[in-house]
Amino acid sequence: MIREFLRSRIAAGALAMLALIVLVALFAPWLAPQNPYDLAQLDLLDARLPPGATSAAHFTYFLGTDGQGRDMLSAIFYGLRVSLTVGVASGLIALALGGLLGVFAAYAGGRAEQLLMRVVDIQLGFPAILVALILIAVLGKGVDKIIIALVCVQWAYYARTARSAAVVERNKEYVDAARSLGFSHLRIVLRHLLPNAMPPLIVVGTVQVAHAIALEATLSFLGLGLPTTEPSLGLLIANGYEYLLSGRYWISVYPGLALLATILSINLVGDQLRDQFNPRLAR
Amino acid sequence: MPAFILRRLAQTLLVLLVTSALVFGGLYLVGNPVEILVNPAADEIEKARAAAALGLDRPVLEQYWIFLKGAASGDLGRSFVFGRPALEVILERMPATLELAFLAMVMSVGIGIPLGLYAGLYPDRFSSKAIMAGSILGFSLPTFWVGLLLIMLFAVQLGWLPSTGRGPTEEVLGIQISILNIAGLRYALLPSLNLALFKLSLIIRLTRAQVREQVLLDYIRFARAKGLPRARVIGVHLLKNIMIPLVTVIGLELGSVIAFAIVTESIFAWPGMGKLVIDSMFQLDRPVVVAYLLVVVLMFTLINLAVDILYAALDPRVRLDGSRA
Amino acid sequence: MKSILCFVLALVCGPAIGQELSIALSTPITSLDPHFHNLSPNNGMSKHFFDPLVKQDEQQNLKPGLAESWRAVDDTTWEFKLRKGVKWHDGTEFTAADVIATFKRVPNVPNSPSSLSIYTRPIKEAIAADKYTLRLKTERPYPLLPNDLSGIQIIPKKVAETAKTEDFNSGKAMIGTGPYRFVEYVSGDRVVMAVNDKYWGPRPAFAKVRFRMIANSAARVAALLAGDVSMIEGVPTTDIEKLAKDARVRIASAVSNRIIYLHLDSGRARNSPFVTDLAGKPLEANPLRDPRVRKAISKMIDRDAIVSRIMEGQAKPAGQLLPETFFGTSKRLKPEKYDPEGAKKLLAAAGYPNGFGLTLHTPNNRYINDEKVAQAVAQFLTRGGIPTRVDAMPSAVFFSRGSKLEFSMLLAGWGAETGENSSPLRSLLATFDAAAGMGPSNRGRFSDAGVDALLSSALTTIDDTKRGLILAAATEKAVGELQGLVPLHYEVSSWAMRKGLSYKARADQYTFAFEVSPAK
Repeated sequence: MIREFLRSRIAAGALAMLALIVLVALFAPWLAPQNPYDLAQLDLLDARLPPGATSAAHFTYFLGTDGQGRDMLSAIFYGLRVSLTVGVASGLIALALGGLLGVFAAYAGGRAEQLLMRVVDIQLGFPAILVALILIAVLGKGVDKIIIALVCVQWAYYARTARSAAVVERNKEYVDAARSLGFSHLRIVLRHLLPNAMPPLIVVGTVQVAHAIALEATLSFLGLGLPTTEPSLGLLIANGYEYLLSGRYWISVYPGLALLATILSINLVGDQLRDQFNPRLAR
Repeated sequence: MPAFILRRLAQTLLVLLVTSALVFGGLYLVGNPVEILVNPAADEIEKARAAAALGLDRPVLEQYWIFLKGAASGDLGRSFVFGRPALEVILERMPATLELAFLAMVMSVGIGIPLGLYAGLYPDRFSSKAIMAGSILGFSLPTFWVGLLLIMLFAVQLGWLPSTGRGPTEEVLGIQISILNIAGLRYALLPSLNLALFKLSLIIRLTRAQVREQVLLDYIRFARAKGLPRARVIGVHLLKNIMIPLVTVIGLELGSVIAFAIVTESIFAWPGMGKLVIDSMFQLDRPVVVAYLLVVVLMFTLINLAVDILYAALDPRVRLDGSRA
Repeated sequence: MKSILCFVLALVCGPAIGQELSIALSTPITSLDPHFHNLSPNNGMSKHFFDPLVKQDEQQNLKPGLAESWRAVDDTTWEFKLRKGVKWHDGTEFTAADVIATFKRVPNVPNSPSSLSIYTRPIKEAIAADKYTLRLKTERPYPLLPNDLSGIQIIPKKVAETAKTEDFNSGKAMIGTGPYRFVEYVSGDRVVMAVNDKYWGPRPAFAKVRFRMIANSAARVAALLAGDVSMIEGVPTTDIEKLAKDARVRIASAVSNRIIYLHLDSGRARNSPFVTDLAGKPLEANPLRDPRVRKAISKMIDRDAIVSRIMEGQAKPAGQLLPETFFGTSKRLKPEKYDPEGAKKLLAAAGYPNGFGLTLHTPNNRYINDEKVAQAVAQFLTRGGIPTRVDAMPSAVFFSRGSKLEFSMLLAGWGAETGENSSPLRSLLATFDAAAGMGPSNRGRFSDAGVDALLSSALTTIDDTKRGLILAAATEKAVGELQGLVPLHYEVSSWAMRKGLSYKARADQYTFAFEVSPAK
């Protein structure tokens, strides 16, 4: 399987980049020259320096500093950590929750299915921003609260997609066959319906992880995201947004490139995995 | 079929009820509107007067009950900020948002399906790989960022298009529409492009995925063996079978486009529902937020109903009530 | 082929811009009814169509409006001599009856989320001595009556008695005496107006004005650079430097009446909610109650660094509640010098040689760079020995929680609409008393009997000179001696416009189209 994966050079390259990003994120505290979360280490007088500038203590800011005097390189390393955690965690939880619920609903049919679909309707109608605003007011800010908000917003997409895929599957002969063989409902759902509903779920999934990270950036842009003292990539981009017109591009562009690289690699790897696991694609 | 539709409508009513309760409760937890709305120089006497004028001095359950009574006769309350009926404020701004959503959908479907088809039929060509890479860009960059970059490029640097705002409107059937003339389209181009990027990427990818699967199936080989021209094989048989998941997604996305418009409208100062509702959320103008959500949830439910009916029409294996074929 | 070419050309070229002034505002107005919602953008807009009795110049000094002169006949009676020969937009004449009808309407506008009645409440009785003379009687001596009246726009009697808010929004009731007359209003998008040829005052330079609402600051700057508007208000601090260097753009700035400050929990004797020891455990004692600790905090903050780095020069370090040019300020109080050594000594003297932990709460969408200023303050405090966390939230959440006294230290701002010093003293530092309407924004619950006594004496002293001295003394005690709050800086308001235009930058942050003129 791994050999087959590596045969696609693009996928292999993306995997390498993803591995690099994950390593950087994991070892950020050791790799980063400065701890951007520690207010005592920041110097306001070093704010907004261009890439390559040095501080009074002869410390080089390779990618410049942001408006608060944070070293951009360190901020990007730490930011990768937070963004990946938020995006992947919320994506996986939402996929598991929504996927299972959607397939179960399709299999159960009748009232249960209708009930779930109406709940999905309500959820889809609620703007993410409102959910985030209410959660922040009640629970406060933090990485875990953002993940909850993102899961709340995303699960409905997965549920809806899973249900439509399963709706087509549930009427197929192999389901009848499994039933007549006496398999339990749980087994049919988990081992027959779910795998066949996976391909569209994976497409939605890889897009959704990227979307979750971008959504977190948008919420941060509106002031509803993570606390500013512990920024994710999205928050760095949002903070740097207002500097774009004034020519201090590095505050927004470098985190943007890092975000792009992350999402690109996740999706290229995801694409390859999806193609490999798709039973309907002959190889 | 009629029984199905009736049941759906009844459920819709329940959905609307639950939504209104959630919003009421949720916003109540966020904060006190009087603190935001009242001029900081105002004293406690003025705050008490404002609370009474807006009905906020009563217990929250009583406020909800008053709202329900009004809603039954079509009155969704008065906006705290504008003093006008909330529904009126929303409906006044709705055409602007629908314009953007419509243009964005046209762009994403009109460009997305052909591109996805191409990428799926010729997956090994360089141009196909380029399309796929481009599609990833479409959903990985945050909307607000891309929006500002678009403004910087097309309005500030090149000066081709206006940077913000909505164009001149003309009245059609009592509604103000701006995209029926060139001047209006110029204003709408950048914001709808910004809005369309995410959907465009999604549609390209989904179409391609579906095409690659279906192309290998027997019925395609059979049609080819029969000697049908390629265009017909693709245009009629293939397209029809990839439409099902596509229709789901497009239906889902049409609704979410309206939700996403919130950010795009803020950046481009487009006077639609999205900008209104975000301001209302931050000002705790509860009647407007409730009215907006009820309108949007209603729209979503109707869209989903239409999608389900379309499903049944497209795929005879699907029975809407879950019974066996 | 030709049609495609035309289509493309039309798409690219667009309509030419006429002899119209287009201005982009940063906050949308919510209504054209001048008495419906006491909100800054609404008030600024209404002054284009209507006039108050008393106007404020760009430094907020009082000058004649619809009233040519006024004086205090005795401690509780004011006499206003009204301007003769002023015509309403519909041609009828302006008289004292219109003013009386306006004052009657102000407290009775239905569904008003924030009415102007705080300005009419002190008026016990309004009498028209003759067609052009107005006598106002107050309950108690009320020296601020002319200042308050500068906030009430006057409307005709028949409009005051019959019009509803919808009539103003649709234009039906938009009959004023102001320099412009109503043309169009699209909610959330634009307001269009045309010059009033019969205006009693100086004729505005531009015959037609179009106001657009562009709330996103980057988009607003882009609109100016792209030529879509000729002038913008609320220039973001990050773009000032670049715009100042741009040959096509001219910037006008003025120090505003808005101060950004820190309120500290002076009310609780013990157990302030966000005060901890260095290990993070809640502290029983409340160090913020000690004026020495508050002064130490003030000394730890490098205001010049904040002004230059965070505000990019668009602020002025503050030592009291209003810049010195305003009425009632102290000539002796200066901004606290950055003195971390002195701060350490004060902390030790107060019994906290090793400091303690704090959380600073701030809104993130209300004041210019509020969250960034808070972060900078937290940085300075942390280096000074008080490790500080920042918790930023939307203003909707912030003000609700702040008024419920849930914070130990908070960052907020205050703009003195009356243009004089009793406004911040009364709202921020007077002892909180709901019934008397004192200290409504005193979220630190600072309380000192001496300050209260000086303030109430000032509020009933009609003589201007005497009142000014009392207010200065009150400020010196409350801020200088007792550090009831920690002043940070005064915001500088900036406007950016195409070269060829000029604007007298205003301290009250209003954008008046009738004060925009072609540059020499």
